[in-house]
Amino acid sequence: MFTISISGFVALYIFMLAAFAGWVIIGHVPAILHTPLMSGSNFVHGIVVVGGIFALLNASTVLEQAIGFFAVLLGAGNAAGGFAVTDRMLAMFQISGHQTEHAKPRLAKKG
Amino acid sequence: MFTQIPQLTIGATDLAAALLFMYGLQRMSSPVTAPSGIFVAGVGMLVAVLASFLYAFDVSAAAKPFLLVNIALAASALIVGGGLAWWSGRTVAMTAMPQMVALYNGMGGGAAGAIAAVELFGNKAHGITQLIVTLLGALIGAVSLSGSLIAWAKLDGAINKPLRVRGQQVFNGVVMLATLATGGYLVVAATGAADPLIGMPNLICLFFGLALVFGILMTLPIGGADMPVVISIYNAFTGLAVGLEGFVLQNPALMIAGVVVGAAGMLLTLLMAKAMNRSVANVLFTNFGAAATHKQGTIKGCLKPTEAGDAGIFMRYAKEVIIVPGYGLAVAQGQQKLYEFVKLLQAAGVTVKFAVHPVAGRMPGQMDVLLAEAGVPYDLIFQLEDINEEFATTDVALVIGANDVVNPAARTDKSSPIYGMPILNADKAKQVYVVKRGQGKGYAGIVNALFYGDNCNMVYGDAQAVLVKMIEAVRGLGLSAAA
Repeated sequence: MFTISISGFVALYIFMLAAFAGWVIIGHVPAILHTPLMSGSNFVHGIVVVGGIFALLNASTVLEQAIGFFAVLLGAGNAAGGFAVTDRMLAMFQISGHQTEHAKPRLAKKG
Repeated sequence: MFTQIPQLTIGATDLAAALLFMYGLQRMSSPVTAPSGIFVAGVGMLVAVLASFLYAFDVSAAAKPFLLVNIALAASALIVGGGLAWWSGRTVAMTAMPQMVALYNGMGGGAAGAIAAVELFGNKAHGITQLIVTLLGALIGAVSLSGSLIAWAKLDGAINKPLRVRGQQVFNGVVMLATLATGGYLVVAATGAADPLIGMPNLICLFFGLALVFGILMTLPIGGADMPVVISIYNAFTGLAVGLEGFVLQNPALMIAGVVVGAAGMLLTLLMAKAMNRSVANVLFTNFGAAATHKQGTIKGCLKPTEAGDAGIFMRYAKEVIIVPGYGLAVAQGQQKLYEFVKLLQAAGVTVKFAVHPVAGRMPGQMDVLLAEAGVPYDLIFQLEDINEEFATTDVALVIGANDVVNPAARTDKSSPIYGMPILNADKAKQVYVVKRGQGKGYAGIVNALFYGDNCNMVYGDAQAVLVKMIEAVRGLGLSAAA
């Protein structure tokens, strides 16, 4: 009842709407945020790890297990690393008057 | 009914994840809401990953005996891969950010390629359409993996020189065609046969091998200065590969997230290429470094060195100062000293603004991040189109560690390799100070006419050391005035 089945034109509609959404969303981002944005969108395609888990759980040969393990390993790296760097960068952006409380300890920690 | 609960849960969480990703990316369009944006997207990711273990309730009959082992493998891969990447992402220096993004991106491409490999080796694609989409995703993912690794190596300094040989583009084209031909053969052979791909593991290996080699060959000839555009392209590629594999796995969350990133990455790539006044094709297929050896026109005037302290005091008594930071500032790790100096100027009533070129740093927007790291509020940071008019009326332009992005040759010299690139008009300021390590040329290897202008003085030295001298000079002034 809840199985998902996407084929042919339905897939194309999904791709078209998603591409349009991506284009519109990014069109509004100011240049100052381009690096965090690239890293943030890099994080979002880390969702591939979910596909990796699906492939690995359905693996029935040693070869499939090995490649599936590889997929989850890399996908997890994409997602975790992408989040870590994006979050770190975005936390640094401060407006005048606010920077003293937040920015200082962060910098001190980096030393 | 109960057997459907896992499927229902996975469907619902994936739907939520797709929504949270788009909402999160949308919130990233302003510095005020951006931190919450990445948090929202992170929640979506966490929920989707946890829910994906529910696939265990619905595995194929062939995979049932392996289920416990597979769950353990998946959990350990998540912990090891996620843990290592998390640790590296938390500890990496902000100057090394571009290569880390390249590395994580390559991982995503590799994951998409690996999923395709499982589908191909296990012969799991249903029908020709799925097979073609699987192969396409595999190709794009593999190219993104090997290409991103080369980009990482170049940005990290492991590969210094662009590698170019005669006939390279023809050879690359042949490799590309061979890859497509292998994929095409797999599709043709699969048509009508019962279990067609089982007998062709060698061809599948060849297909992946060729795709990986193509990614390497395509990236090797591109110079380090163009790497940001390349990373952005591969970012879009990985997104596209993930979207295609999402279709193969019948997972709409992967389809949506992947293609949103694919489109966003393409737009970002075009914006970056535009900022450098070059087309994407020009970045990929022409040898930028080769063009830079053109004959230099003779430049009138001479270089006029000055002391750091004198320059600092001059700025203390100016009304408005615009600072043009470049990658050299980050190399010298001078951002914090720079902000300290800026605070001194502000305390003395000087209006200080930062002018950031779109391609300052090794990645568009990286300079903004580096300044933010040093505590510079983002309302002091202005982009090229917003501040360029102001140079004509400002008292001082302080250029630190930047070169090509303030080179007036881009406006005037048609033979210059950077001709047509939008530049910051620092040369129009009443007084220009250029802080520079030595008399060398910029990344593009071009002489800078700005340095020879009548209104320009050079302050030689390491950016951080120079800034320390400037701070001391201005502080000393304050003390003597108080005494």
